[in-house]
Amino acid sequence: MRRFSWFNVTSLTLGFAFLYLPMILLVVYSFNESRLVTVWAGFSTKWYGELLRNEEFLDAAWVTLKVAVFSSTIATVLGTMAAYVLVRAGRFRGRTLFSGMIYAPLVMPEVITGLSLLLLFIGIGLDRGVLTIVLAHTTFSMCYVSVVVSSRLTSFDRSLEEAALDLGCSPFEAFRLVTLPIIAPAVISGWLLAFTLSLDDLVIASFTTGPSATTLPIKIFSAVRLGVSPEINALSTLLIAIVTLGVITASIVTKRAAVAQARDEQAAERNE
Amino acid sequence: MRRFTLIAIPYFWLLVLFLVPFVIVLKISLSDVALARPPYTPQLDLSLGWEGLRTFFSGLDFENFVFLTTDDLYWKAYVSSLKIALVSTLLTLMVGYPIAYGMARAPNEWRPTLLMLVILPFWTSFLIRVYSWMGILANEGTLNTVLLWLGVIDTPLQIMNTNTAVYIGIVYTYLPFMVLPIYSALEKMDESLIEAAEDLGCSKLAAFWLVTWPLSRNGIIAGCFLVFIPAIGEFVIPSLLGGSGTLMIGKVLFEEFFSNRDWPVASAVAVILLLILIIPIILFQRNEQKAREAEG
Repeated sequence: MRRFSWFNVTSLTLGFAFLYLPMILLVVYSFNESRLVTVWAGFSTKWYGELLRNEEFLDAAWVTLKVAVFSSTIATVLGTMAAYVLVRAGRFRGRTLFSGMIYAPLVMPEVITGLSLLLLFIGIGLDRGVLTIVLAHTTFSMCYVSVVVSSRLTSFDRSLEEAALDLGCSPFEAFRLVTLPIIAPAVISGWLLAFTLSLDDLVIASFTTGPSATTLPIKIFSAVRLGVSPEINALSTLLIAIVTLGVITASIVTKRAAVAQARDEQAAERNE
Repeated sequence: MRRFTLIAIPYFWLLVLFLVPFVIVLKISLSDVALARPPYTPQLDLSLGWEGLRTFFSGLDFENFVFLTTDDLYWKAYVSSLKIALVSTLLTLMVGYPIAYGMARAPNEWRPTLLMLVILPFWTSFLIRVYSWMGILANEGTLNTVLLWLGVIDTPLQIMNTNTAVYIGIVYTYLPFMVLPIYSALEKMDESLIEAAEDLGCSKLAAFWLVTWPLSRNGIIAGCFLVFIPAIGEFVIPSLLGGSGTLMIGKVLFEEFFSNRDWPVASAVAVILLLILIIPIILFQRNEQKAREAEG
Protein backbone atom coordinates (compact mmCIF):
# COMPACT_ATOMS: atom_id res chain seq x y z
CA MET A 1 0.00 0.00 0.00
CA ARG A 2 1.43 3.27 -1.09
CA ARG A 3 1.26 6.31 1.17
CA PHE A 4 1.82 10.00 0.70
CA SER A 5 5.31 11.15 1.59
CA TRP A 6 5.53 14.53 3.33
CA PHE A 7 7.29 16.01 0.31
CA ASN A 8 4.49 14.99 -2.04
CA VAL A 9 1.82 16.24 0.32
CA THR A 10 3.53 19.62 0.54
CA SER A 11 3.97 19.99 -3.20
CA LEU A 12 0.39 18.92 -3.89
CA THR A 13 -1.03 21.22 -1.21
CA LEU A 14 0.95 24.21 -2.43
CA GLY A 15 0.17 23.40 -6.07
CA PHE A 16 -3.55 23.09 -5.57
CA ALA A 17 -3.61 26.14 -3.30
CA PHE A 18 -2.02 28.09 -6.17
CA LEU A 19 -4.56 26.70 -8.64
CA TYR A 20 -7.64 27.25 -6.52
CA LEU A 21 -7.03 30.20 -4.15
CA PRO A 22 -7.46 32.91 -6.81
CA MET A 23 -10.83 31.51 -7.81
CA ILE A 24 -11.92 31.03 -4.20
CA LEU A 25 -11.03 34.66 -3.47
CA LEU A 26 -13.05 35.74 -6.50
CA VAL A 27 -16.08 33.83 -5.20
CA VAL A 28 -15.66 35.25 -1.67
CA TYR A 29 -15.36 38.86 -2.88
CA SER A 30 -18.43 38.50 -5.07
CA PHE A 31 -20.43 38.47 -1.81
CA ASN A 32 -18.72 41.59 -0.49
CA GLU A 33 -20.95 44.55 0.28
CA SER A 34 -18.26 47.08 -0.65
CA ARG A 35 -17.27 48.01 -4.18
CA LEU A 36 -13.60 47.86 -3.17
CA VAL A 37 -11.78 44.57 -3.50
CA THR A 38 -9.89 44.49 -0.28
CA VAL A 39 -12.28 46.05 2.19
CA TRP A 40 -14.68 43.47 3.57
CA ALA A 41 -17.87 45.33 4.40
CA GLY A 42 -20.11 42.40 5.22
CA PHE A 43 -22.02 39.73 3.34
CA SER A 44 -24.30 40.81 0.56
CA THR A 45 -25.80 39.40 -2.61
CA LYS A 46 -26.48 42.83 -4.06
CA TRP A 47 -24.00 42.44 -6.96
CA TYR A 48 -25.93 39.41 -8.17
CA GLY A 49 -29.06 41.53 -8.19
CA GLU A 50 -27.26 44.28 -10.14
CA LEU A 51 -25.99 41.69 -12.57
CA LEU A 52 -29.41 40.18 -13.24
CA ARG A 53 -30.89 43.64 -13.79
CA ASN A 54 -28.16 44.49 -16.28
CA GLU A 55 -29.75 43.96 -19.69
CA GLU A 56 -26.44 44.23 -21.53
CA PHE A 57 -24.99 41.26 -19.69
CA LEU A 58 -28.14 39.20 -20.21
CA ASP A 59 -28.12 39.98 -23.94
CA ALA A 60 -24.44 39.08 -24.19
CA ALA A 61 -25.04 35.83 -22.31
CA TRP A 62 -27.82 34.93 -24.73
CA VAL A 63 -25.65 35.67 -27.79
CA THR A 64 -22.78 33.62 -26.31
CA LEU A 65 -25.06 30.66 -25.62
CA LYS A 66 -26.53 30.74 -29.13
CA VAL A 67 -23.08 30.91 -30.71
CA ALA A 68 -21.77 28.08 -28.51
CA VAL A 69 -24.70 25.73 -29.18
CA PHE A 70 -24.66 26.22 -32.95
CA SER A 71 -20.90 26.23 -33.43
CA SER A 72 -20.23 23.22 -31.19
CA THR A 73 -22.97 21.17 -32.85
CA ILE A 74 -21.79 21.90 -36.39
CA ALA A 75 -18.18 21.42 -35.26
CA THR A 76 -19.02 18.01 -33.79
CA VAL A 77 -20.57 16.82 -37.06
CA LEU A 78 -17.74 18.19 -39.21
CA GLY A 79 -15.03 17.12 -36.77
CA THR A 80 -16.37 13.55 -36.55
CA MET A 81 -16.47 13.39 -40.35
CA ALA A 82 -12.93 14.72 -40.53
CA ALA A 83 -11.73 12.18 -37.95
CA TYR A 84 -13.38 9.37 -39.91
CA VAL A 85 -11.70 10.57 -43.09
CA LEU A 86 -8.30 10.78 -41.37
CA VAL A 87 -8.49 7.34 -39.77
CA ARG A 88 -10.57 5.31 -42.23
CA ALA A 89 -10.63 6.85 -45.70
CA GLY A 90 -7.15 5.61 -46.60
CA ARG A 91 -5.13 7.51 -49.16
CA PHE A 92 -6.62 10.22 -51.32
CA ARG A 93 -5.25 13.16 -53.19
CA GLY A 94 -4.60 16.09 -50.87
CA ARG A 95 -4.59 14.02 -47.69
CA THR A 96 -1.43 15.73 -46.36
CA LEU A 97 -2.98 19.16 -46.84
CA PHE A 98 -6.14 17.92 -45.13
CA SER A 99 -4.37 16.63 -42.04
CA GLY A 100 -2.28 19.79 -41.99
CA MET A 101 -5.42 21.90 -41.96
CA ILE A 102 -6.79 19.79 -39.09
CA TYR A 103 -3.71 20.18 -36.90
CA ALA A 104 -2.62 23.72 -37.78
CA PRO A 105 -5.51 25.57 -36.08
CA LEU A 106 -4.61 23.84 -32.80
CA VAL A 107 -1.29 25.66 -32.63
CA MET A 108 -2.31 28.82 -34.47
CA PRO A 109 -2.24 31.94 -32.27
CA GLU A 110 -5.77 33.23 -31.81
CA VAL A 111 -4.82 36.70 -33.04
CA ILE A 112 -3.83 35.27 -36.42
CA THR A 113 -6.92 33.06 -36.77
CA GLY A 114 -9.10 36.02 -35.86
CA LEU A 115 -7.35 38.46 -38.18
CA SER A 116 -7.41 36.10 -41.17
CA LEU A 117 -11.10 35.25 -40.75
CA LEU A 118 -12.01 38.92 -40.41
CA LEU A 119 -10.16 39.74 -43.62
CA LEU A 120 -12.03 36.90 -45.36
CA PHE A 121 -15.43 38.12 -44.14
CA ILE A 122 -14.66 41.66 -45.26
CA GLY A 123 -13.34 40.36 -48.57
CA ILE A 124 -16.53 38.48 -49.41
CA GLY A 125 -18.70 41.24 -47.95
CA LEU A 126 -20.36 39.16 -45.24
CA ASP A 127 -22.01 41.27 -42.51
CA ARG A 128 -20.32 40.55 -39.21
CA GLY A 129 -22.46 39.28 -36.35
CA VAL A 130 -23.66 36.02 -34.83
CA LEU A 131 -23.25 34.14 -38.13
CA THR A 132 -19.61 35.08 -38.61
CA ILE A 133 -18.70 34.17 -35.00
CA VAL A 134 -20.42 30.80 -35.46
CA LEU A 135 -18.42 30.19 -38.66
CA ALA A 136 -15.17 31.17 -36.94
CA HIS A 137 -15.79 29.08 -33.82
CA THR A 138 -16.90 26.06 -35.84
CA THR A 139 -13.69 26.17 -37.84
CA PHE A 140 -11.26 26.00 -34.96
CA SER A 141 -13.32 23.75 -32.70
CA MET A 142 -13.97 21.13 -35.39
CA CYS A 143 -10.22 20.50 -35.33
CA TYR A 144 -10.29 19.83 -31.58
CA VAL A 145 -13.29 17.52 -32.04
CA SER A 146 -11.56 15.61 -34.79
CA VAL A 147 -8.44 15.08 -32.67
CA VAL A 148 -10.52 13.74 -29.76
CA VAL A 149 -12.66 11.50 -31.99
CA SER A 150 -9.79 10.18 -34.11
CA SER A 151 -7.89 9.01 -31.04
CA ARG A 152 -10.94 6.94 -30.11
CA LEU A 153 -11.35 5.68 -33.70
CA THR A 154 -7.75 4.46 -33.92
CA SER A 155 -8.04 2.55 -30.66
CA PHE A 156 -11.14 0.54 -31.44
CA ASP A 157 -11.46 -2.92 -32.90
CA ARG A 158 -12.11 -2.60 -36.60
CA SER A 159 -13.32 -6.18 -36.98
CA LEU A 160 -16.62 -5.12 -35.36
CA GLU A 161 -17.32 -2.83 -38.32
CA GLU A 162 -16.25 -5.51 -40.78
CA ALA A 163 -18.57 -8.00 -39.10
CA ALA A 164 -21.48 -5.60 -39.51
CA LEU A 165 -20.63 -5.13 -43.19
CA ASP A 166 -20.35 -8.91 -43.67
CA LEU A 167 -23.75 -9.37 -42.07
CA GLY A 168 -25.30 -7.13 -44.69
CA CYS A 169 -25.19 -3.62 -43.25
CA SER A 170 -24.60 -0.75 -45.63
CA PRO A 171 -21.52 1.35 -44.73
CA PHE A 172 -23.81 4.02 -43.31
CA GLU A 173 -25.76 1.48 -41.21
CA ALA A 174 -22.49 0.00 -39.97
CA PHE A 175 -21.41 3.48 -38.92
CA ARG A 176 -24.72 4.29 -37.23
CA LEU A 177 -25.24 0.93 -35.49
CA VAL A 178 -21.67 -0.07 -34.63
CA THR A 179 -19.13 2.71 -34.93
CA LEU A 180 -21.16 5.61 -33.57
CA PRO A 181 -22.21 3.91 -30.29
CA ILE A 182 -18.59 2.94 -29.66
CA ILE A 183 -17.14 6.38 -30.36
CA ALA A 184 -20.08 8.17 -28.68
CA PRO A 185 -18.15 9.09 -25.49
CA ALA A 186 -15.47 10.76 -27.60
CA VAL A 187 -18.08 12.54 -29.71
CA ILE A 188 -19.77 13.84 -26.56
CA SER A 189 -16.52 15.02 -25.00
CA GLY A 190 -15.66 16.61 -28.34
CA TRP A 191 -18.94 18.51 -28.26
CA LEU A 192 -18.33 19.61 -24.66
CA LEU A 193 -14.83 20.76 -25.56
CA ALA A 194 -16.11 22.70 -28.57
CA PHE A 195 -18.88 24.22 -26.44
CA THR A 196 -16.44 25.38 -23.74
CA LEU A 197 -13.95 26.72 -26.28
CA SER A 198 -16.72 28.78 -27.84
CA LEU A 199 -18.00 30.10 -24.49
CA ASP A 200 -14.47 31.04 -23.56
CA ASP A 201 -13.21 32.70 -26.69
CA LEU A 202 -12.46 36.41 -26.57
CA VAL A 203 -9.89 37.11 -29.27
CA ILE A 204 -11.44 35.39 -32.29
CA ALA A 205 -14.90 36.68 -31.36
CA SER A 206 -13.56 40.25 -31.06
CA PHE A 207 -12.18 40.06 -34.57
CA THR A 208 -15.13 38.39 -36.23
CA THR A 209 -18.05 40.17 -34.57
CA GLY A 210 -19.77 43.36 -35.59
CA PRO A 211 -21.70 45.94 -33.61
CA SER A 212 -24.82 43.75 -33.65
CA ALA A 213 -23.43 40.93 -31.53
CA THR A 214 -21.46 41.23 -28.29
CA THR A 215 -20.49 38.02 -26.54
CA LEU A 216 -20.01 37.62 -22.80
CA PRO A 217 -16.17 37.42 -22.94
CA ILE A 218 -16.07 40.65 -24.99
CA LYS A 219 -18.35 42.30 -22.44
CA ILE A 220 -16.29 41.01 -19.50
CA PHE A 221 -13.04 42.07 -21.12
CA SER A 222 -14.16 45.62 -21.72
CA ALA A 223 -15.56 45.81 -18.17
CA VAL A 224 -12.39 44.60 -16.42
CA ARG A 225 -9.86 46.41 -18.59
CA LEU A 226 -9.89 49.27 -16.12
CA GLY A 227 -9.87 47.18 -12.97
CA VAL A 228 -11.77 44.84 -10.71
CA SER A 229 -15.52 45.13 -10.73
CA PRO A 230 -17.90 43.43 -8.26
CA GLU A 231 -20.50 42.65 -10.93
CA ILE A 232 -17.86 40.71 -12.86
CA ASN A 233 -16.94 38.88 -9.65
CA ALA A 234 -20.58 37.82 -9.33
CA LEU A 235 -20.73 36.80 -12.97
CA SER A 236 -17.49 34.82 -12.65
CA THR A 237 -18.84 33.04 -9.59
CA LEU A 238 -21.95 32.00 -11.50
CA LEU A 239 -19.85 30.71 -14.40
CA ILE A 240 -17.48 28.83 -12.07
CA ALA A 241 -20.49 27.25 -10.32
CA ILE A 242 -22.02 26.14 -13.62
CA VAL A 243 -18.75 24.59 -14.84
CA THR A 244 -18.10 22.82 -11.52
CA LEU A 245 -21.61 21.36 -11.48
CA GLY A 246 -21.26 20.30 -15.11
CA VAL A 247 -17.91 18.58 -14.61
CA ILE A 248 -19.08 16.80 -11.44
CA THR A 249 -22.28 15.60 -13.14
CA ALA A 250 -20.32 14.42 -16.18
CA SER A 251 -17.87 12.48 -14.02
CA ILE A 252 -20.69 10.84 -12.03
CA VAL A 253 -22.48 9.88 -15.26
CA THR A 254 -19.36 8.36 -16.83
CA LYS A 255 -18.55 6.50 -13.61
CA ARG A 256 -22.09 5.06 -13.46
CA ALA A 257 -21.87 4.07 -17.12
CA ALA A 258 -18.53 2.33 -16.48
CA VAL A 259 -19.96 0.47 -13.48
CA ALA A 260 -23.04 -0.57 -15.48
CA GLN A 261 -20.88 -1.77 -18.34
CA ALA A 262 -18.68 -3.79 -16.01
CA ARG A 263 -21.81 -5.38 -14.50
CA ASP A 264 -23.18 -6.25 -17.97
CA GLU A 265 -19.88 -7.79 -18.97
CA GLN A 266 -19.78 -9.89 -15.83
CA ALA A 267 -23.37 -11.03 -16.43
CA ALA A 268 -22.52 -11.90 -20.03
CA GLU A 269 -19.55 -13.95 -18.88
CA ARG A 270 -21.68 -15.86 -16.39
CA ASN A 271 -24.20 -16.70 -19.10
CA GLU A 272 -21.60 -18.20 -21.38
CA MET B 1 -19.42 8.71 -54.37
CA ARG B 2 -20.33 8.60 -50.71
CA ARG B 3 -16.67 8.54 -49.76
CA PHE B 4 -16.14 11.59 -51.93
CA THR B 5 -18.90 13.54 -50.13
CA LEU B 6 -17.54 12.51 -46.74
CA ILE B 7 -14.10 13.84 -47.61
CA ALA B 8 -15.33 16.88 -49.54
CA ILE B 9 -17.49 18.51 -46.85
CA PRO B 10 -14.88 18.99 -44.08
CA TYR B 11 -12.20 19.55 -46.72
CA PHE B 12 -14.14 22.32 -48.36
CA TRP B 13 -14.98 23.93 -45.02
CA LEU B 14 -11.33 24.08 -43.98
CA LEU B 15 -10.19 25.30 -47.38
CA VAL B 16 -12.61 28.21 -47.35
CA LEU B 17 -12.38 29.14 -43.67
CA PHE B 18 -8.79 28.28 -42.89
CA LEU B 19 -6.57 28.24 -45.97
CA VAL B 20 -8.16 31.01 -48.03
CA PRO B 21 -8.13 33.51 -45.10
CA PHE B 22 -4.49 32.70 -44.74
CA VAL B 23 -3.71 33.46 -48.35
CA ILE B 24 -5.60 36.74 -47.91
CA VAL B 25 -3.40 37.68 -44.94
CA LEU B 26 -0.32 36.89 -46.99
CA LYS B 27 -1.61 38.98 -49.88
CA ILE B 28 -2.54 41.98 -47.73
CA SER B 29 0.86 41.85 -46.01
CA LEU B 30 2.33 42.58 -49.45
CA SER B 31 -0.11 45.41 -50.18
CA ASP B 32 0.05 49.12 -49.37
CA VAL B 33 -2.13 50.99 -46.95
CA ALA B 34 -4.69 53.25 -48.66
CA LEU B 35 -7.47 55.61 -47.70
CA ALA B 36 -10.21 53.47 -49.14
CA ARG B 37 -12.57 50.66 -48.29
CA PRO B 38 -11.04 48.16 -47.76
CA PRO B 39 -8.04 50.25 -46.65
CA TYR B 40 -5.30 48.74 -48.82
CA THR B 41 -4.20 48.50 -52.46
CA PRO B 42 -3.99 46.84 -54.95
CA GLN B 43 -7.38 45.21 -55.31
CA LEU B 44 -7.69 42.22 -57.56
CA ASP B 45 -9.98 43.19 -60.45
CA LEU B 46 -10.76 40.08 -62.45
CA SER B 47 -12.99 41.92 -64.91
CA LEU B 48 -9.85 43.39 -66.50
CA GLY B 49 -8.60 39.88 -67.30
CA TRP B 50 -4.86 39.34 -67.67
CA GLU B 51 -4.14 43.04 -67.51
CA GLY B 52 -5.86 43.23 -64.10
CA LEU B 53 -3.89 40.27 -62.83
CA ARG B 54 -0.63 41.84 -63.98
CA THR B 55 -1.25 45.20 -62.34
CA PHE B 56 -2.35 43.33 -59.22
CA PHE B 57 0.89 41.38 -58.91
CA SER B 58 3.09 44.33 -59.78
CA GLY B 59 1.40 46.25 -56.95
CA LEU B 60 2.63 43.76 -54.36
CA ASP B 61 5.94 44.29 -52.58
CA PHE B 62 7.78 43.56 -49.36
CA GLU B 63 7.60 47.18 -48.16
CA ASN B 64 5.75 46.27 -44.94
CA PHE B 65 8.34 43.68 -44.01
CA VAL B 66 11.12 46.22 -44.60
CA PHE B 67 9.15 48.65 -42.43
CA LEU B 68 8.97 46.06 -39.62
CA THR B 69 12.75 45.76 -39.56
CA THR B 70 13.30 49.52 -39.45
CA ASP B 71 10.82 50.31 -36.67
CA ASP B 72 12.26 48.85 -33.48
CA LEU B 73 8.84 48.59 -31.80
CA TYR B 74 8.20 45.42 -33.78
CA TRP B 75 11.42 43.52 -33.39
CA LYS B 76 11.54 44.52 -29.73
CA ALA B 77 8.04 43.07 -29.38
CA TYR B 78 9.08 39.81 -31.06
CA VAL B 79 12.17 39.46 -28.88
CA SER B 80 10.27 40.37 -25.73
CA SER B 81 7.45 37.89 -26.55
CA LEU B 82 10.03 35.13 -26.97
CA LYS B 83 11.73 36.12 -23.73
CA ILE B 84 8.48 36.28 -21.75
CA ALA B 85 7.36 32.95 -23.21
CA LEU B 86 10.70 31.32 -22.39
CA VAL B 87 10.89 32.61 -18.82
CA SER B 88 7.31 31.67 -18.07
CA THR B 89 7.78 28.21 -19.59
CA LEU B 90 10.71 27.57 -17.22
CA LEU B 91 8.70 28.93 -14.27
CA THR B 92 5.75 26.71 -15.21
CA LEU B 93 8.09 23.71 -15.30
CA MET B 94 9.40 24.57 -11.83
CA VAL B 95 5.87 24.89 -10.43
CA GLY B 96 4.38 22.03 -12.43
CA TYR B 97 6.97 19.30 -11.99
CA PRO B 98 6.52 18.85 -8.21
CA ILE B 99 2.73 18.72 -8.71
CA ALA B 100 3.01 16.08 -11.43
CA TYR B 101 5.50 14.15 -9.30
CA GLY B 102 3.27 14.28 -6.24
CA MET B 103 0.31 13.05 -8.33
CA ALA B 104 2.24 10.18 -9.89
CA ARG B 105 3.49 9.03 -6.46
CA ALA B 106 0.14 9.41 -4.71
CA PRO B 107 -1.83 6.35 -3.55
CA ASN B 108 -3.72 4.81 -6.48
CA GLU B 109 -7.18 5.60 -5.15
CA TRP B 110 -6.29 9.30 -4.96
CA ARG B 111 -5.10 9.69 -8.52
CA PRO B 112 -8.42 10.12 -10.38
CA THR B 113 -9.43 12.88 -7.93
CA LEU B 114 -6.08 14.66 -8.25
CA LEU B 115 -6.26 14.39 -12.02
CA MET B 116 -9.73 15.92 -12.03
CA LEU B 117 -8.54 18.74 -9.77
CA VAL B 118 -5.84 19.62 -12.33
CA ILE B 119 -8.22 19.44 -15.30
CA LEU B 120 -11.13 21.31 -13.69
CA PRO B 121 -9.59 24.82 -14.00
CA PHE B 122 -9.06 24.13 -17.69
CA TRP B 123 -12.83 23.99 -18.16
CA THR B 124 -13.40 27.32 -16.42
CA SER B 125 -13.09 30.45 -18.49
CA PHE B 126 -9.54 31.46 -19.34
CA LEU B 127 -10.53 35.11 -19.13
CA ILE B 128 -11.91 34.69 -15.61
CA ARG B 129 -8.78 32.86 -14.47
CA VAL B 130 -6.64 35.76 -15.68
CA TYR B 131 -9.05 38.29 -14.19
CA SER B 132 -8.92 36.59 -10.77
CA TRP B 133 -5.29 37.77 -10.45
CA MET B 134 -6.19 41.41 -10.97
CA GLY B 135 -7.73 41.63 -7.50
CA ILE B 136 -4.81 39.77 -5.94
CA LEU B 137 -1.91 41.64 -7.50
CA ALA B 138 -3.27 45.20 -7.44
CA ASN B 139 -1.47 47.75 -5.25
CA GLU B 140 -4.26 47.62 -2.70
CA GLY B 141 -4.98 43.97 -3.60
CA THR B 142 -5.13 40.85 -1.49
CA LEU B 143 -1.44 39.94 -1.75
CA ASN B 144 -0.19 43.38 -0.71
CA THR B 145 -2.74 43.61 2.10
CA VAL B 146 -1.61 40.26 3.52
CA LEU B 147 2.09 41.07 3.19
CA LEU B 148 1.63 44.49 4.81
CA TRP B 149 -0.38 42.95 7.63
CA LEU B 150 2.31 40.31 8.20
CA GLY B 151 4.89 43.10 8.29
CA VAL B 152 6.96 41.56 5.48
CA ILE B 153 6.88 44.80 3.50
CA ASP B 154 6.31 48.46 4.41
CA THR B 155 5.09 49.79 1.10
CA PRO B 156 2.88 47.92 -1.36
CA LEU B 157 4.72 46.01 -4.08
CA GLN B 158 4.08 47.14 -7.62
CA ILE B 159 3.33 43.81 -9.33
CA MET B 160 0.24 44.62 -11.31
CA ASN B 161 1.00 46.09 -14.77
CA THR B 162 4.52 44.66 -14.84
CA ASN B 163 6.10 41.68 -16.58
CA THR B 164 6.05 39.80 -13.26
CA ALA B 165 2.26 39.85 -13.34
CA VAL B 166 2.38 38.50 -16.90
CA TYR B 167 4.65 35.64 -15.79
CA ILE B 168 2.30 34.80 -12.93
CA GLY B 169 -0.68 34.89 -15.30
CA ILE B 170 0.96 32.58 -17.85
CA VAL B 171 2.17 30.10 -15.21
CA TYR B 172 -1.28 30.03 -13.65
CA THR B 173 -3.33 29.56 -16.81
CA TYR B 174 -1.01 27.13 -18.60
CA LEU B 175 -0.11 24.99 -15.57
CA PRO B 176 -2.38 22.04 -16.54
CA PHE B 177 -0.64 21.81 -19.94
CA MET B 178 2.66 21.29 -18.13
CA VAL B 179 1.42 18.99 -15.37
CA LEU B 180 -0.54 16.51 -17.52
CA PRO B 181 2.21 15.33 -19.93
CA ILE B 182 4.79 15.11 -17.11
CA TYR B 183 2.30 13.18 -14.99
CA SER B 184 1.61 10.71 -17.77
CA ALA B 185 5.36 10.16 -18.30
CA LEU B 186 6.00 9.66 -14.57
CA GLU B 187 3.00 7.41 -14.12
CA LYS B 188 4.25 4.97 -16.77
CA MET B 189 7.62 4.75 -15.09
CA ASP B 190 8.59 1.49 -13.43
CA GLU B 191 9.27 2.37 -9.79
CA SER B 192 11.47 -0.65 -9.20
CA LEU B 193 14.09 1.26 -11.20
CA ILE B 194 14.37 3.75 -8.32
CA GLU B 195 14.65 0.94 -5.82
CA ALA B 196 17.37 -0.63 -7.94
CA ALA B 197 19.26 2.67 -8.08
CA GLU B 198 18.97 3.08 -4.32
CA ASP B 199 20.05 -0.52 -3.71
CA LEU B 200 23.07 0.14 -5.85
CA GLY B 201 24.08 2.98 -3.57
CA CYS B 202 22.43 6.08 -5.06
CA SER B 203 21.12 8.67 -2.66
CA LYS B 204 17.44 9.62 -3.11
CA LEU B 205 18.44 12.82 -4.88
CA ALA B 206 20.95 11.07 -7.13
CA ALA B 207 18.34 8.44 -8.01
CA PHE B 208 15.97 11.24 -8.98
CA TRP B 209 18.54 12.98 -11.21
CA LEU B 210 19.87 9.81 -12.79
CA VAL B 211 16.63 7.85 -13.21
CA THR B 212 13.38 9.77 -12.74
CA TRP B 213 14.31 13.04 -14.48
CA PRO B 214 15.67 11.41 -17.69
CA LEU B 215 12.68 9.05 -17.86
CA SER B 216 10.24 11.95 -17.62
CA ARG B 217 12.12 13.90 -20.30
CA ASN B 218 9.54 13.35 -23.04
CA GLY B 219 6.81 14.64 -20.77
CA ILE B 220 8.91 17.68 -19.82
CA ILE B 221 9.65 18.54 -23.45
CA ALA B 222 6.01 18.11 -24.47
CA GLY B 223 4.83 20.23 -21.54
CA CYS B 224 7.34 22.99 -22.30
CA PHE B 225 6.24 23.24 -25.93
CA LEU B 226 2.57 23.20 -24.95
CA VAL B 227 3.23 26.27 -22.78
CA PHE B 228 5.82 28.02 -24.93
CA ILE B 229 3.99 27.93 -28.28
CA PRO B 230 0.69 29.54 -27.21
CA ALA B 231 2.44 31.93 -24.79
CA ILE B 232 4.30 33.67 -27.65
CA GLY B 233 1.11 34.91 -29.30
CA GLU B 234 -0.76 35.55 -26.03
CA PHE B 235 -3.05 38.57 -26.00
CA VAL B 236 -5.37 38.45 -22.96
CA ILE B 237 -2.69 38.07 -20.27
CA PRO B 238 -0.43 40.99 -21.33
CA SER B 239 -3.39 43.29 -21.89
CA LEU B 240 -5.04 42.59 -18.53
CA LEU B 241 -2.05 42.03 -16.23
CA GLY B 242 0.81 43.67 -18.13
CA GLY B 243 1.56 47.38 -18.23
CA SER B 244 2.42 49.82 -20.96
CA GLY B 245 5.99 48.50 -20.79
CA THR B 246 4.91 44.94 -21.53
CA LEU B 247 5.58 44.38 -25.20
CA MET B 248 4.03 41.26 -26.63
CA ILE B 249 3.44 40.66 -30.28
CA GLY B 250 -0.15 39.43 -29.88
CA LYS B 251 -1.04 42.72 -28.20
CA VAL B 252 0.85 44.78 -30.80
CA LEU B 253 -0.99 43.00 -33.62
CA PHE B 254 -4.37 43.56 -31.97
CA GLU B 255 -3.67 47.26 -31.44
CA GLU B 256 -2.17 47.74 -34.89
CA PHE B 257 -5.35 46.38 -36.36
CA PHE B 258 -8.00 48.00 -34.18
CA SER B 259 -6.39 51.27 -33.10
CA ASN B 260 -4.15 52.18 -36.01
CA ARG B 261 -6.24 50.40 -38.64
CA ASP B 262 -3.08 49.60 -40.56
CA TRP B 263 -4.13 46.28 -42.06
CA PRO B 264 -1.08 45.65 -44.27
CA VAL B 265 1.33 46.10 -41.34
CA ALA B 266 -0.87 43.99 -39.02
CA SER B 267 -0.87 41.24 -41.66
CA ALA B 268 2.90 41.41 -42.02
CA VAL B 269 3.24 41.16 -38.22
CA ALA B 270 1.05 38.04 -38.34
CA VAL B 271 3.07 36.44 -41.14
CA ILE B 272 6.34 36.90 -39.25
CA LEU B 273 4.80 35.63 -36.00
CA LEU B 274 3.83 32.49 -37.88
CA LEU B 275 7.31 32.06 -39.32
CA ILE B 276 8.73 32.32 -35.79
CA LEU B 277 6.27 29.73 -34.52
CA ILE B 278 7.03 27.18 -37.23
CA ILE B 279 10.38 26.21 -35.66
CA PRO B 280 9.08 25.25 -32.19
CA ILE B 281 6.05 23.56 -33.78
CA ILE B 282 8.24 21.34 -35.97
CA LEU B 283 10.49 20.52 -32.99
CA PHE B 284 7.41 19.63 -30.95
CA GLN B 285 6.07 17.35 -33.70
CA ARG B 286 9.45 15.58 -33.89
CA ASN B 287 9.50 15.04 -30.14
CA GLU B 288 5.98 13.58 -30.21
CA GLN B 289 6.94 11.30 -33.10
CA LYS B 290 10.02 10.08 -31.25
CA ALA B 291 8.02 9.47 -28.08
CA ARG B 292 5.47 7.43 -30.03
CA GLU B 293 8.20 5.36 -31.70
CA ALA B 294 9.88 4.75 -28.34
CA GLU B 295 6.60 3.41 -27.01
CA GLY B 296 6.36 1.14 -30.02
